[in-house]
Amino acid sequence: MTPILSKPDRKSATPLSARPEHSAESPVSIHALTVAYHRKPVVWDVDYDAPPQSLVAIVGPNGAGKSTIIKACLGLAPKAAGRVEFWGQPYRAVRKRIGYVPQRESVDWDFPVSALDVVAMGRYGKIGWCKPVSRQHRAAAMECIDRVGLADYASRQISQLSGGQQQRVFLARALAQEADLYFMDEPFAGVDAATERAIVQVLRELKAGGATVIVVHHDLQTVAEYFDEVMLLNMRVVAEGPVSDTFTQDNLVKTYGGRLTLLAEAAEAVARAERGG
Amino acid sequence: MSPGLTEFMSLDFPALLAVVLASVSCGLLGNFLVLRRMSLMGDAIAHAVLPGLVLAFLVTAAFGYPEHARDPLLMMGGAALSGIVTVVLVELIQRLGKVEKGAAMGVAFSVMFALGVLLLEQAAARQVDLDADCVLYGQLESVMWLPTDPTASYFSWSGIAEMPRQVSTLAFIAFAVIIFTTLFYKELRIAAFDPGLGKTLGFRPQVMHYALMIFVAAAAVAAFEAVGSILVIALLICPAATARLLTDRYFTQIGLTVIIAIIASVGGYMLGTRGPLWIGLDQSVNAAGMVTVTLGGLLAMAIFFSPSHGIIARSMRRFRLSVSVAREDLLGLLYRLEEHGAPGMPRRQVAAAVGPWLAAQVASRRASQRGEVNSRNGLVELTAKGRTIAQSLIRSHRLWESYLVDVLGLRPDHVHDTAMRLEHVRDAQTGSRLMPRVEATIDPHDRPIPSNGPSAPAPTANDDAKSDGHA
Amino acid sequence: MHRAQTSITDVSIEWPSVQDVFQTMTFQAGYNTSVVLAGTTLLGVAAGIVGAFALLRKRALMGDALSHATLPGIAMAFIVATLFGVAGKSLLILLPGAAITGVLAIVATQFIIRQTRLSEDTAIGVSLSVFFGAGVVLLSYVQNMSSGDQAGLATFIYGQTAAMNVRDVFLMGTIALIAIIAAVALLKEFALVCFDEDFAAVQGWPVTFIDLVMMTLVVLVTVVGLQAVGLILVVAMLIIPPAAARFWTERLGRMTIIAGIIGGASGYIGASASALLPRLPAGSVIVLAAGVVFFLSLTFAPRRGVVANLSRAARLRLKIAQDHMLLEILHKDLQHSEATEGASVSIGSIRKRRSWSLIEATLIAYSLQRRGLLRKSGNAVSLTEEGQDAATRVARTRRLWEQYLVQYADVAPSHVDWSADLVEHVLSPEMVTRLERSLERAKRPAAPVAEGAA
Repeated sequence: MTPILSKPDRKSATPLSARPEHSAESPVSIHALTVAYHRKPVVWDVDYDAPPQSLVAIVGPNGAGKSTIIKACLGLAPKAAGRVEFWGQPYRAVRKRIGYVPQRESVDWDFPVSALDVVAMGRYGKIGWCKPVSRQHRAAAMECIDRVGLADYASRQISQLSGGQQQRVFLARALAQEADLYFMDEPFAGVDAATERAIVQVLRELKAGGATVIVVHHDLQTVAEYFDEVMLLNMRVVAEGPVSDTFTQDNLVKTYGGRLTLLAEAAEAVARAERGG
Repeated sequence: MSPGLTEFMSLDFPALLAVVLASVSCGLLGNFLVLRRMSLMGDAIAHAVLPGLVLAFLVTAAFGYPEHARDPLLMMGGAALSGIVTVVLVELIQRLGKVEKGAAMGVAFSVMFALGVLLLEQAAARQVDLDADCVLYGQLESVMWLPTDPTASYFSWSGIAEMPRQVSTLAFIAFAVIIFTTLFYKELRIAAFDPGLGKTLGFRPQVMHYALMIFVAAAAVAAFEAVGSILVIALLICPAATARLLTDRYFTQIGLTVIIAIIASVGGYMLGTRGPLWIGLDQSVNAAGMVTVTLGGLLAMAIFFSPSHGIIARSMRRFRLSVSVAREDLLGLLYRLEEHGAPGMPRRQVAAAVGPWLAAQVASRRASQRGEVNSRNGLVELTAKGRTIAQSLIRSHRLWESYLVDVLGLRPDHVHDTAMRLEHVRDAQTGSRLMPRVEATIDPHDRPIPSNGPSAPAPTANDDAKSDGHA
Repeated sequence: MHRAQTSITDVSIEWPSVQDVFQTMTFQAGYNTSVVLAGTTLLGVAAGIVGAFALLRKRALMGDALSHATLPGIAMAFIVATLFGVAGKSLLILLPGAAITGVLAIVATQFIIRQTRLSEDTAIGVSLSVFFGAGVVLLSYVQNMSSGDQAGLATFIYGQTAAMNVRDVFLMGTIALIAIIAAVALLKEFALVCFDEDFAAVQGWPVTFIDLVMMTLVVLVTVVGLQAVGLILVVAMLIIPPAAARFWTERLGRMTIIAGIIGGASGYIGASASALLPRLPAGSVIVLAAGVVFFLSLTFAPRRGVVANLSRAARLRLKIAQDHMLLEILHKDLQHSEATEGASVSIGSIRKRRSWSLIEATLIAYSLQRRGLLRKSGNAVSLTEEGQDAATRVARTRRLWEQYLVQYADVAPSHVDWSADLVEHVLSPEMVTRLERSLERAKRPAAPVAEGAA
């Protein structure tokens, strides 16, 4: 059986960084990435290199595959084709250097843990199997929660926090990972102004500390203000590069202005055939 | 009447009738449970009718009317009560306690069932004719039809009037369920697919919900004596689940459910009572359990062999697709070779060139059977017929590349793989190849896009040695 | 149909003496009884702890399919053992059989969910009932077998602690202990996977393996619990204690401890009751004991309980109503041009504007009066000095909130009043101060803001 989408990659197996268009400096190099959900392609053929020490926004309409790209990079969504490398290495080798902020709705906030417990989860990778959270790690978690301005709320059960505070808890958890590259899935969705400012503050601190942050973002108003780089996405990359060059009216029209009917139709047809139904 | 027939009519027929009636009424109701994703509510209710049932027994016994202990009305009353109590309990626990639905059900039905078992043990001590085994198996063996006048026909009115009580109860329930599903055909459908819409149309889905739950509880109790308290779950869920794998239409779904229920109950009963004897064992096994196993077997068959949703049919379709993709890829490859002036392709390289081995083998055989390729001196080459197909494929490929580059703005050196997928895509209605409408005669790699017309041998492009799209 | 004329009173129950009860419950009623009691208690603790994770992973009912599906395994193991001439009733033969079909049912469920269009609940229901049906068929075969040893198999369905021998109990206790130790050691990992599977995967934890360990513990507890609790009800030991424990705490660690305690207590009560009184299947008593704890927790738990919730909601409603009444009176006050302190307003006119019933309005007025914010004379009410302060404070908070929303959250102005109504009542004083500051920074508010929050 040959699923259409998993044709053997005829490209050579040389590291992406060895190719002229990808650099080893780049914290993340995405090459010819195609992702399908239930065999329906949602992201076609994405190429991207994030410049080091930058804040990158992934922008696009609903269903454009923004979260999907992040998930595929992190191995949470299966890649139908293509490769992703981090600093020229595969994901497994550099896992410890990568932090993640999932969408707020992805977890059950009624879970019986405190805000500090959640932040401490960011340290689990460093703690290791079967060992309880030691005092140093708790202190480190406390520091992170303080950085997002929630020190007073550390012992609250997480459902007793507002949406914005919950988002900041997730952010603090990612900080606790002490990573060099962060993926954040809609951290600004449905948050209050105070949280938005706190997040932006943290993003800038991270960048100043040498990290790269890739953020799925939905608010076009703030892209230019918050980010250095932007990837305009609508099932495929419409444009990418520094905000000043890329974030143009023309490109936005291309991203949001339809013109995808044929590709979407093709994706639908591929999915139908692949499912055999 | 022959003795064999008499035995069948007095022992097997009523039991068979009981099982069929039970499975048809449960199966019909099960449709709405399965479609509304409430199968486990059926599970919970089936477990939870036990205390109501035992309580009805105990009360009649306590008041000194044990002969009314199995009065259908009392039993139904007790069951409906526990059914409603369970549903309300689940909802209360879920809403007031913020407990997740599955756990709320687990709490409610296990507490109810525990209560039932406890009462049952007390009832057993009071010589009430109801024991714990009955909960598991039912008492199909005790369903007998012995008319007082053995000479009288089973088919006379007097004979029918002496139909065993269990059967008449089940017949009544089956009748009520059929009336219910027919009368509220529309309402149940709306409640099943879109409760929100039902509400705006004034159908009061909440009322339908509770009515359905009461019916499920009543059917569970009526079926209790036939198959016991737990096997009822199979009668409720399996036929509807099986039908779900066979059809997408509401009416067919319901019709299939009834057919499956009847087949499984007759088949299961026969397998249980006669089957072991056929294979040389000396005694029969529990028929109710066998009905369940048969239901499971039918479902398993549907899972694998259903022509629309079965795993095998789907894999076949997928394999056929990959063969057709490999065939088209082969034709496309040969066309490109012709463009470069190559005479053909060595036979042995064909399989490696176009995808997985098996699909490629089948594809190359099919292509030569259809007269699309010729094999000469160990070289495979296109025939005129094959060239026409290849031309349309290459046209599609290059149009897609142009579309991806010109319209969607992808990088020219990356679009080849995507176009390789898209060139095979066909329109769902017309079955013709999906072609983007692009005004171009030359693709992003400066290759000519073949026209739509009849084919001539591909123009060779000797001066341009680079292959299509490969970076 | 044979039925003697009996009534409830005909059956006398031999109630145990107080001494019996005391002896049994303090482990002094003989070696066997004590061992069974200890073993069942340990099982309860293990089930409570392991169940906590199953509950949080939203897998509560997967255990249901698992436990029902152990029946064919037990019967099959018995048949096979008897065919080979081994005494089939040994737990070491029956329990592996139970585990095999139980796991098979879970695999079947997962297969149906992944490979077909049927939903999870249908898949669980199907495998539960079909496996159980297969068990019933095999059991009916076993019961007619000529080995004579099969009578005890029925105890696995409803559970019977009395039928357990000391060796069985030691097996049960050991496995329960192992499950407890494993769950405690892996608390951190289990918590992470239950809470946020994706995050765990990104950190490099083997999510599938951790899930598998969790499931194995569930299988172990279920299987060793069969004899004591019975296969239909054993799942309740995994669900009810943790569900009850959740009401009492907001911390996972404490929740597992409480679930263990509730599970242990239920096991202890069930086993003692079963030992003391005839015709009390231990499984039922255990589940009912846990059920009682659950419903008590649901009702009376201090924060999440129903009573606490209702009273909290009532208090909030009262607070909102009080604020509204203060605002109404203040409004009337301001309409009087001289705005003298203590101008009185009739309850009737307020009532009409807020569409309160007379009783509601009177009650609200009374509660304000008791707080010393309101003065009442006949049918008219007026604000006291404190009342005026309070009303001003409410009005100011509302204004702040409205402006805040307009300024920061891009909310259409028509929605503002509605949100303000909902939110101003739950704003903490610190929040008010912060609002003030942020407003002052952006734009000086039109009305001067009074100093100091409530």
